[in-house]
Amino acid sequence: MGLLILIGLWLASAAIVAQGNDAPVIPPVEQPVSGYRFLTPETRALQDDAFANPGYLWVAAGAEAYQENLGTGSCKSCHGERGMVGVATRYPRFDEGAQTLLNLEGRINACRSEHQELPALAYESQELLALSSYVAEQSRGMMTQVSVPAEAAPWFRAGESYFFQRRGQLNLACHQCHDQSWGKMLRGDRLSQGQPNAFPAYRMEWQTLGSLHRRLQNCETGVRAEPQALGSRAYLGLELYLVWRSQGLVLESPGVRR
Amino acid sequence: MNKQPTIRLAVPQGVPAGEVIEVKVMIQHPMESGYRRGALGQRIPRDIIKFFRCSQEGETIFAAEFHPGVAANPLMTFHMRAERSGTLDFEWTDQNDLRWRKQAELLVI
Repeated sequence: MGLLILIGLWLASAAIVAQGNDAPVIPPVEQPVSGYRFLTPETRALQDDAFANPGYLWVAAGAEAYQENLGTGSCKSCHGERGMVGVATRYPRFDEGAQTLLNLEGRINACRSEHQELPALAYESQELLALSSYVAEQSRGMMTQVSVPAEAAPWFRAGESYFFQRRGQLNLACHQCHDQSWGKMLRGDRLSQGQPNAFPAYRMEWQTLGSLHRRLQNCETGVRAEPQALGSRAYLGLELYLVWRSQGLVLESPGVRR
Repeated sequence: MNKQPTIRLAVPQGVPAGEVIEVKVMIQHPMESGYRRGALGQRIPRDIIKFFRCSQEGETIFAAEFHPGVAANPLMTFHMRAERSGTLDFEWTDQNDLRWRKQAELLVI
């Protein structure tokens, strides 16, 4: 009997931990700070220089791909010249037609299959990075407007609990570094808030441009956890939570990060 | 790499003759040093650009040799005296003698 009560108490405390994080009204970081503020002056200068910023190589490639007619018309034939202004501020977003949550990459692929009769581009392929960074760049300097309607709530809750869940051999949750310890040093680097507003971003470590999901995979290997697949349901939910958490920050894509 | 990589050029336009101008060029390239190993320990083969040349009607204006220590997507900034209008040729040559070219018009007033 005593043992049962003990197990019961243990289960209850586990439930409290899980429920304690259920849909807080205010983001846990009161004042979101962009990762830009944690960079060296040199890296900031690189991001701000519209020529030297290497992310613009992908934006330029995306601008070409946007106009390329692949048999069933180009992106431009429907969306027009620079028709993507502000679009990236609204993703991830629940898609009524597909009845699922789509991020920018997912939206581009849905557009390809629905309207261009083309196969989906692989996540992290150069073609998809070019298009996603081209679209995201048109919202540079604009604030995220992501909202969480009832349909997206399950994704949001899953993403949020992912954020607070300890994982990996180091047994760390995103929350512990990026809510509780940002601004402190982690070996040679200053911990940022883990804000997603620069992605797709050029990372020095990668020497290339990459998506937010690739960055999340890096975070997970950093705490020695098993990374999820790019574009997976877990990362889509986490992306929604992160973007919601970043409210008040402007998009910086193509950002430059260390 | 069969497809032409993305190249970005910045050449000032409408400069007075004799003026010194700043030219900026960037090419998308991994500049793989050959010293790195992959996640499974296998050697990643070297893949680098060896040479860059900027010329106007065959006359070399600026040239550079590249080595494995150069970072990916090399950006170069150099200065030239804008003597006359004409086409500027930019050419990168990689270790396998593969060449990528792009041109820009220089307008001197």
